[in-house]
Amino acid sequence: MIRLAFTILAGVLLGLVVHLVSVLALPRIATQDAYSRLTPMTKENAVTQLPLADPNTSPMPFMDPAFAQAICRYDLSGGPLKLKVPVSQSYTSVSFYTRNEIAYYAINDRSAGKKVIELDLMTEAQHNALPEDEEVTAADRLIIDSPSATGLIVMKALAAEPGLMTQAQASLATATCTPQTDAPAKAETPRGRR
Amino acid sequence: MRLIIITLTALLLATVVGVGATWMTTTRGTDIGALTIGAWTARPRTGTADVDPYSRATIVRNGELPIGTGDGVAFTATADDRKKALDGRCDVVVSGVTPPARFWTLTLYDRKGHLVANSLQRYGFTSQEIVRQSDGSFEIHIASRSRSGNWLPTGGIERYALMFRLYDTPVGVATRTQRDAPMPQIATVGCP
Repeated sequence: MIRLAFTILAGVLLGLVVHLVSVLALPRIATQDAYSRLTPMTKENAVTQLPLADPNTSPMPFMDPAFAQAICRYDLSGGPLKLKVPVSQSYTSVSFYTRNEIAYYAINDRSAGKKVIELDLMTEAQHNALPEDEEVTAADRLIIDSPSATGLIVMKALAAEPGLMTQAQASLATATCTPQTDAPAKAETPRGRR
Repeated sequence: MRLIIITLTALLLATVVGVGATWMTTTRGTDIGALTIGAWTARPRTGTADVDPYSRATIVRNGELPIGTGDGVAFTATADDRKKALDGRCDVVVSGVTPPARFWTLTLYDRKGHLVANSLQRYGFTSQEIVRQSDGSFEIHIASRSRSGNWLPTGGIERYALMFRLYDTPVGVATRTQRDAPMPQIATVGCP
């Protein structure tokens, strides 16, 4: 009898350990997470328009059908990234996720305060390696530190009414996400029409 | 021999308890960091870098991307104000006022997070397209058959979930009560 009770006790205690380990390990071992789902349908370091949320072809669960969405799947190992998202008529936001879907930063058109949301994305090491004076000359440059070298940038434009969806999609179509290969950050002119 | 059987039983029990608890918590969600107002529940911390491990596991398992705090906050409801599970064959009314936000959207999903097909291709409402009364309040009728005013079709599915998303809103990690965020009521008004 005691032996049975001991077995159950040991089983439950071990079970708790299994539970904690599996919860903590899940982000690392999951294969159906958003990043893995989006990988086959998105380009690296470029903007990909997502199809509209629809009962049959949603790439992710719980997508908001009122939004046009675009993804930039990034890899910063080759250098920092420059992101430009033109603001649509009603509401535009840009959210940043790590490889394991942690939302570490999000900004909307109002907090950006400009017609185009312009951001530089880099790892902390790349940020520290920036020359001091360059940061001063580009004081209005918004620099985001990514905690991981890879991740996702999600750009969203709201279509407040279904008829405005084409407009929202068109504004996202001019968004760019390009690697900064050369040292002077402002060397490249934006290709977006405005 | 007996020792082997005992050990195996204990290990088997451990696996069942451990995996079972993980499955339960990632399916149903936990109360950690949850903000419940009426029938609505939000987890504002999932949109920040200090998200709790249970929410992280749930997010990764479902394959969704949580809404970032600088973007907005998402409330879900799977039952009405009287804790009756939302049934697509019944008439449900969502009414009242909403917390301050630049925009909000209300969307209907099945329990797995897919939109529900319907002939109108209407999956939800935005704050801008809703028909309101003169005092600014609104009523959304959620039913399988068409209703006048703001009708959101359910496609007659048995169980569904509502998601109420606020964009550019002061509601977030610091919000505690109904007073900070007056959420709309959900009432089942009739079942066939």
